[in-house]
Amino acid sequence: MSKTHVTTTINGEPTEYLCEASQSMLDVLRDELDLTGTKEGCGSGDCGACSIIVDDRLVCACLMLGAEAEGRRVLTIEGMSHGDKLHPLQQKFIEMAALQCGVCTPGMLIAAKALLDRNPNPSETEVRFGLAGNLCRCTGYDKIVRAVLDVAAEQRETTR
Amino acid sequence: MHAFDYARATEPSQALDLARRPDAAFIAGGTDLLQLWKAGIARPELMIDISRLALDIVKPRDDGIAIGALARLSDVADHPIVQARWPLIAEALNAGASAQVRNAATIGGNLLQRTRCAYFRSGDMPCNKRAPGSGCPAIGGENRSHAIFGGSPHCVATHASDLAVALAALDASVRVAGPAGSRLVGIGDFYLLPGDTPQRETVLGQGQLICAVDVPATAGRAAYVKVRDRASFEFAVVSVAADLVIDDGIVARARLAAGGVGTRPWRLTEAEAALIGERADAAAFDKAAAQASNGAEPLAHNAFKVELLRRTVRRALQVAGGKA
Ligand SMILES: Cc1cc2nc3c(=O)[nH]c(=O)nc-3n(C[C@H](O)[C@H](O)[C@H](O)COP(=O)(O)OP(=O)(O)OC[C@H]3O[C@@H](n4cnc5c(N)ncnc54)[C@H](O)[C@@H]3O)c2cc1C
Ligand code: FES
Ligand code: FES
Repeated sequence: MSKTHVTTTINGEPTEYLCEASQSMLDVLRDELDLTGTKEGCGSGDCGACSIIVDDRLVCACLMLGAEAEGRRVLTIEGMSHGDKLHPLQQKFIEMAALQCGVCTPGMLIAAKALLDRNPNPSETEVRFGLAGNLCRCTGYDKIVRAVLDVAAEQRETTR
Repeated sequence: MHAFDYARATEPSQALDLARRPDAAFIAGGTDLLQLWKAGIARPELMIDISRLALDIVKPRDDGIAIGALARLSDVADHPIVQARWPLIAEALNAGASAQVRNAATIGGNLLQRTRCAYFRSGDMPCNKRAPGSGCPAIGGENRSHAIFGGSPHCVATHASDLAVALAALDASVRVAGPAGSRLVGIGDFYLLPGDTPQRETVLGQGQLICAVDVPATAGRAAYVKVRDRASFEFAVVSVAADLVIDDGIVARARLAAGGVGTRPWRLTEAEAALIGERADAAAFDKAAAQASNGAEPLAHNAFKVELLRRTVRRALQVAGGKA
């Protein structure tokens, strides 16, 4: 089986890699590119730990082939902060203790970013609907939902 | 895991050409196929990536809408004309899966997703759908989630799609292309009953491509009601799509389809007939709902679906009937 050559953009950086046709995007990120922030929970689309953003769409990296990233723009958790400056969602998750073991956190943050990028003014119901694909076994979700709503409110303040 | 080759198709004709190989499979959003591949159930030698074909367009016309087979579920659910004129489709799509899955999954792939029967998905237990002739352990085993309509002595697995239920209620058709040209198949004829060949689920031949779904215009009031084991991100235990045309308070046309209960999306024709010409009120809805489970053949662990279906029909009729 021949390897596929892929040219893509990951976290703003032009990136090239060779992958097996049967490697998932999650495998490529973690095993080939050493971007291990994206987690594997289930490998079947059920938990959202592997969430990434591809061309402005939130998807599960475990259900995408590495070869499918050709010509796309990929954003992973490693691209969320600006250098040492955390993204407001990351900062708020820390302040509000919206994480415990942290396994769901990279996927949760990426999903929350995708949600706010599309809808800067979500209701609580919309936040819960938007994050339904991200399972958390620790926090009980309330702190996560409140953190996302708080960031949305603060971002609306500063852009006013 | 089984290795495969990968080819990206840029034209439908090229995809059809590549698919002449009997060991090839189309991959669209990949959300079902990669699950099945990881479980060792799908073992293609070649994955033909069709996700970039220009078959992702949603084209409304006066008499209906053509939805490209490669359109993403989220794009269709968010389409303003779909929301305004075919809200049943938007509701059914939003009632399924997660944002991540809806963003990747396509309309054609959704119609072709395989059953959630745990014996089928296990990859190694007997299952006539996966390994013809090996038997159906669901019939005498864990069958809470299985069908009460359309089962055979060989298979009782339900069809899992929410979209297909809405499309069944809307009398949609599937546009299929093969090397010899394209044809339009009504959704009622698209899905096969399991009979003694449960491995065959649709009339789609090997290497044939779904290009689009055609949905006729409807003046109906619609509702999609989905009952599941948790409030979101779960397949249906029972779901009902209703499309009602009410003139001067009288039901002129009623279309009802159910999910979670049949081996394919299931039209509830007796309940529909009970509504025609009746005043659209609670009494008529109750009377029709009572007919919804006629002919049901429950298994040891899913008899509750008989009553749950009636109640879900009644709810769907109330919601649809209550819309202006
Ligand atoms: C976690 C999770 C939860 C889910 N919950 C729900 C739910 O609640 N309700 C629901 O309805 N669905 C649900 N699904 C199923 C999901 O909707 C399907 O997996 C998805 O729609 C399949 O589309 P796809 O484009 O990813 O198909 P793929 O996985 O790419 O393909 C599926 C099959 O269709 C074939 N195929 C795809 N496109 C075409 C085409 N145009 N022509 C011919 N053959 C084609 C492929 O060869 C393959 O056999 C869920 C899935 C996951 C992973
Ligand atoms: S690892 Fe991809 S959804 Fe769980
Ligand atoms: S913090 Fe542990 S799973 Fe969410």
